[in-house]
Amino acid sequence: MNPKQADKLMTFVIYLMSSVIIVILMALLIYILVAGLPYVNWHFLTSAAKSFQSGGGIGAQLFNSLYLLVLSMLVSIPLSLGIAIYLSEYSQNIRVTTWISSAIEVLSSLPSIVVGLFGFLVFVVQFKLSFSILSGALTLTIFNLPLLVRSMEDALQTVSLSQREAGLALGLSRWETVVHVIIPECLPAIITGIILSAGRVFGEAAALIYTAGQSAPPLDFTNWNVLSLTSPLNPLRPAETLAVHIWKVNSEGLIPDASAVSSGASLVLVVVVLVFNVLARYLGNKLYKHMTGE
Amino acid sequence: MDPIAKNLKQRSLSAKIETKGRLITQLCTVLIVLLVLAIFGFIATKGLTLFFHDHGSLWSFFSGTTWSPDKVDSHRQPVIGALPMIVGSFTVTLLAVLVATPFAIAAAIFMTEISPQKGNKILQPVIELLVGIPSVVYGFIGLAVIVPFVQKIAGGSGFGILAGALVLFVMILPTITSMTVDALKAVPRYYREASLALGATRWQTIYKVTLRAGAPGIMTAVIFGMSRAFGEALAVQMVIGNAILMPSSLTSPSTTLTSVLTMNMGNTVMGTTSNDALWTLALLLLLMSLVFNIVIKYLAKRGALS
Amino acid sequence: MRTFGKLLLLLGVISSLSGCSHANNRQETITAVGSSALQPLIEAGGEKYSQKNPQAYINVQGGGSGTGLAQIQQGAVAIGNSDVFAEQKKGIQAQNLIDHKVCVVAVVPVVNRQVPLNNLSTTQLQAIFMGKITNWQQVGGPRLPITIINRAQGSGTRMIFEQQVMQGQPFKKAPEQDSSGMVRQIVKNTPGAISYVAWPYLTQDLKPLAIDQIKLTTANVAQNRWKIWAYEHLYTTKNPNKLTRQFIKFILSEQFQEQEVRQMHYIPMKQMRYQQDAHGRVSSKE
Repeated sequence: MNPKQADKLMTFVIYLMSSVIIVILMALLIYILVAGLPYVNWHFLTSAAKSFQSGGGIGAQLFNSLYLLVLSMLVSIPLSLGIAIYLSEYSQNIRVTTWISSAIEVLSSLPSIVVGLFGFLVFVVQFKLSFSILSGALTLTIFNLPLLVRSMEDALQTVSLSQREAGLALGLSRWETVVHVIIPECLPAIITGIILSAGRVFGEAAALIYTAGQSAPPLDFTNWNVLSLTSPLNPLRPAETLAVHIWKVNSEGLIPDASAVSSGASLVLVVVVLVFNVLARYLGNKLYKHMTGE
Repeated sequence: MDPIAKNLKQRSLSAKIETKGRLITQLCTVLIVLLVLAIFGFIATKGLTLFFHDHGSLWSFFSGTTWSPDKVDSHRQPVIGALPMIVGSFTVTLLAVLVATPFAIAAAIFMTEISPQKGNKILQPVIELLVGIPSVVYGFIGLAVIVPFVQKIAGGSGFGILAGALVLFVMILPTITSMTVDALKAVPRYYREASLALGATRWQTIYKVTLRAGAPGIMTAVIFGMSRAFGEALAVQMVIGNAILMPSSLTSPSTTLTSVLTMNMGNTVMGTTSNDALWTLALLLLLMSLVFNIVIKYLAKRGALS
Repeated sequence: MRTFGKLLLLLGVISSLSGCSHANNRQETITAVGSSALQPLIEAGGEKYSQKNPQAYINVQGGGSGTGLAQIQQGAVAIGNSDVFAEQKKGIQAQNLIDHKVCVVAVVPVVNRQVPLNNLSTTQLQAIFMGKITNWQQVGGPRLPITIINRAQGSGTRMIFEQQVMQGQPFKKAPEQDSSGMVRQIVKNTPGAISYVAWPYLTQDLKPLAIDQIKLTTANVAQNRWKIWAYEHLYTTKNPNKLTRQFIKFILSEQFQEQEVRQMHYIPMKQMRYQQDAHGRVSSKE
């Protein structure tokens, strides 16, 4: 076979495999859509969950998922950006860098239940944060860091050396080069990394069962006192997220419409991730244009 | 002192910011290193208790096939044969990664080399979306679709390593793909241009230049996929059958380290042998991924273009 | 740089909230952790209790009986929910805890709807779960291999079943599941499957079996004709606080026992004519 034929053949193979992936993924999404759509309505999205009757909704859980996401991102984005900048821009000793990133990668293979139990023993019991959104967010940070650091480091690495040299040649300090030249340049890649890890936060159940807890106190959206238990903004209240709710109704739930609730909730989860995705991409592009002056 | 000399002698604002910035990133790094050390230390102490305090034997842990840590054998040692789970974990993970990697690389090549436009429009969003689906949902779809499918083609109950590997394949595909895309994107454009200018076809360029240059990145993607597969509990647990038996075929019910860990953690009391044994499994998971990590780093170093 | 500072500040604010929130809060809350099988009932109780006493919130969490007992032993929570006697769990000093039995739960063997049998004898049931009988033909059914679905070691439901049905005989090594929901799902979809669930988890998807021609009814459990039952426990420390005491009193109140407990197919304490001790010995109350 001559190289030209090989080229044609392999192009075909790649097309074929990519289509297979698209078919699998689409089938999965359609499955979720078809299974969940009949149950999703305004009432389902806004009302409170029931513990043993049918007709419960996912209002509080939906809010909890979003709030937990925001909180854990508030902790993990700056932290991992800092680590990534250090590893990619400052650290001079390659061996140390390799060691640190290996250690972080190994962290990512811990089963989420172990991270969850660590979070439980440290944050919930030791720090006395009790079952709360905050415990959950801190635990998820441990969980999130490997993926975030890795993707941000990769993103920083994609910026060519000449950009750095140009920055330094203009008399900018290294830090200024990073903040004003490199980060704007690789912002889209950073945002992709954030979206991916946000998806994980959204879908995580096992690590939250022991930290953010499996019960959602009814929320009063008119209560803005951060310290009140019914206030949606209280970071110290227990908060069952959507993924945990899906897990719970399917494993030990007593509600008769468990499969309907879980199908509906899965669909909502996927849609929220989609919305988040689109939104982050849009904002990222705006920010990119703004920061790079295009 | 005249203002110019003063200006020259004083540290500039830039320099101050520089120091601060550097300090902050260093702080972040130190923090995470401490955290990692704390977790490692925590799991290591908990995991080793089984051997030092409860008199478990390391040999029977790795070679025994009976797991009931609350009972003791004739030597008054706890019965802690973890071999079935170790074999189960390895098989499921390797199988899933073996199937997923070619697909992921193909998709990544498609997205970066062949048709970036279509790739960005169709594949990328779908893949990012899939990362957000909770493992519970994957598990349930596996239970509703994959298990009956395996049941039909292979007989038996349908629960087993094959079903677990198929579920994991779908789960880790997005992770491996998106990271491979990043790795391929990071290959400088002039590599490709040089290769094409030499008269190489597109496939030759991809195979001999792009993939080689991206090898370390792709390897990392594979590690991440592997570690996700290794650490995944809920979805696998739903379809693998959870029988602590040596897997006799791909379709007989078996179990993985994570499933045993997740299933039993809540039912044991901290400080008892049963609980310690579970932490030993966690330690083993940690060590196994450490080994993988080192091996793959080594391979990547050898395979990289120098 | 500045954004970094702001974020750090925000973090500081959030974490410092942890210190003052409890002091400023007039709301009272207690945490009950443990058995996931008992969780729905206690949650329902918590909801009802909060409706009556809006200032009180009962934070109910799962995690398993082992977690519940371990946490109450350490005093980390107010109530430890458990499906089993504290005496039956290794590593728990039962004498330091107070046991509040809140209701009785019955466990019932279930099969896939395609299995045409309605009844098994205790011996047959035991032989099936030991792996001596492997085909439904051997107990008068059609030619269909039996698929056993067991519960995870240490699960409360499994301990009850093991004690009353297996009577010391070992289980065959079989697929295990860690929750009633999963068992339900799998038995529903697998032809020839057999397992067991707690009564509250029995739904239309599953076919319950009678044992020795005795059907599962509240009266049969109360009279100990249906042998597979056990208590659900709320464990507290020796000195529970006021809210904890009141909440347990509420769970044991006539109203709650007759309504929610009964509705969810638990058996109210008052109705039992027999009692059981921590070693599984059953005796008549009269």
